[in-house]
Amino acid sequence: MATIGQIATRPLRAERHGERSFASIAFLVALWLALAFAVLCLVTLLVTSFVDGVQRLDSNLFTQYSSQVRPETGGARAAIWGTLWVIGLTAVLAIPLGIAAAVYLEEFADPTRWYNRLVEVNLQNLAAVPAIVYGMLTAGLALTIGLRRGVVLAGGIALALLILPVIIITTREALRAVPAEIRQGSLALGATRLKTVWKQSLPSAVPGVATGTILALSRALGEAAPLLLLGAVVFVRFDPDGLMSGFTTMPVQIFNWAGQPQVEFRELAAAAIIVLLGMLLLMNAVAIVIRNRYQRRW
Amino acid sequence: MVALAGASLLSVAVTVGIVLALLLPALSFFREVSLTEFLFGTRWTPRFTGQESYGVLPLITGTAWTTVIGLLVAIPFGLGAAVYLAEYAPWRVRKVLKPVLEVLAGVPSVVYGFFALTFVAPFVLNDLLGLDVGTFSVLSAGIVLGIMIIPTVASLSEDAMSAVPDSLRQGSLALGANKMRTTLRVVFPAAISGIAASIVLALSRAVGETMIVALAAGTQARMVGSPTEFGQTMTGFIAQTATGESTPGTLSYNTLFAVGLLLFVITFVINLISIRLVRKFREAY
Repeated sequence: MATIGQIATRPLRAERHGERSFASIAFLVALWLALAFAVLCLVTLLVTSFVDGVQRLDSNLFTQYSSQVRPETGGARAAIWGTLWVIGLTAVLAIPLGIAAAVYLEEFADPTRWYNRLVEVNLQNLAAVPAIVYGMLTAGLALTIGLRRGVVLAGGIALALLILPVIIITTREALRAVPAEIRQGSLALGATRLKTVWKQSLPSAVPGVATGTILALSRALGEAAPLLLLGAVVFVRFDPDGLMSGFTTMPVQIFNWAGQPQVEFRELAAAAIIVLLGMLLLMNAVAIVIRNRYQRRW
Repeated sequence: MVALAGASLLSVAVTVGIVLALLLPALSFFREVSLTEFLFGTRWTPRFTGQESYGVLPLITGTAWTTVIGLLVAIPFGLGAAVYLAEYAPWRVRKVLKPVLEVLAGVPSVVYGFFALTFVAPFVLNDLLGLDVGTFSVLSAGIVLGIMIIPTVASLSEDAMSAVPDSLRQGSLALGANKMRTTLRVVFPAAISGIAASIVLALSRAVGETMIVALAAGTQARMVGSPTEFGQTMTGFIAQTATGESTPGTLSYNTLFAVGLLLFVITFVINLISIRLVRKFREAY
């Protein structure tokens, strides 16, 4: 065993243990390459979709229905309208329910009770259940209550159930970030707990809730798997006009086109991908603006 | 108040609903097909009239290949990115690169599927690497699946490493270790349960991912022996069969739910492991 004196007098071997040793630099380069790979994949994905689809990014894409026989002039009109309907319904169903559940869990629930812990673990599990399982759940539900599967209502329910755990989790995080002093101040002034939540905690958490909700909706916007089980794949040639109307959405339409052998369909799929990514970018931009402009620092 | 509690109980109802929705048709399925044939049979031909066979192993090999390939891509690249962002990246670089990962996580999986089908398989694998793969292969689906879950691994692992207190790093540096040694011997072990949780969660996502494998892995179920072969996964089978005509109550409809139940059970076990790991890593500091 070396004594302290021996260690102190031993010369430091900078070339082996310093920040500029070969191993250190190789390690850093490897880390860099890992990140570069991720960035490269993203860029390649965006560029190839754009190159494939840009010549089909015309007015037909927005005004025409999908056509089995004439893909070169077909469009995604039904899918665009279908997406708006389904995502609108998803928002209407999922946002109030998600916020209500989050408020209960964060503001009222006693976390030491077994049933609240059960809800907790259950939520974490639901957030990681494969999306396609939500489609099977909705198909089963529709069968039980006698609802036709391939309608806007069923699609909205499937996607709302899918994003509910995400909305609950992000809303809880936003509520948790509101300092306890705000609540205590309100309670000290004689407000009830419900009033404290309604007038203090929730308004303060709105930016966080809005950001999380928009990101959850953008997940629903890109999701196709659960809708496949509802039979939303047929060549839809009409705009949906109500909750009981048949529908298709952009991701389902893209899946359908991408699976066709003809090159015209591939181009159409790529053009629809550009539109879908544009929609997502818009939603994300809104989320970022809300986060940056209204986020409070306590 | 009661209404609020009701909303949170809905999440429990959803889980019960999932179990019931999968279990009831699956039970009808198992009245006609024995559990042994389902779990250990090596031929999956539910749509060949006259010689139907319901051995789920081909679908499991398909899922296993795409999942393993996906993790082989996602773990090294995801962890590398996480270590760089947590330990090395200057503030400015971090501010640019974290959103890039978020965008990568936000791209819909059907878009990744299109990417696998039209770019990775024909161009990267065939032309660039000279591999003998067709339009469909578990390799192209697995690679793109891996790319999709890089952000899952990266962002959770980064959180775990960022949560390691600075005093540990300073202690290590003060003892003369360089940054790489500190990262590998101090920060990494301290964050290991969070990192493990990120990998387990990535595993769950890889098993359950549908659109990429439905587009790129193939549409025919068979025992997959090598990565360049095509094959079908559990989710791929569900997606493909669901898009065809299937009437509730028939055996082909029930088959979907039997496979769905198996998928749910597998991901459920994986998720419980991940939840346990996350709790451990929260408790650590």
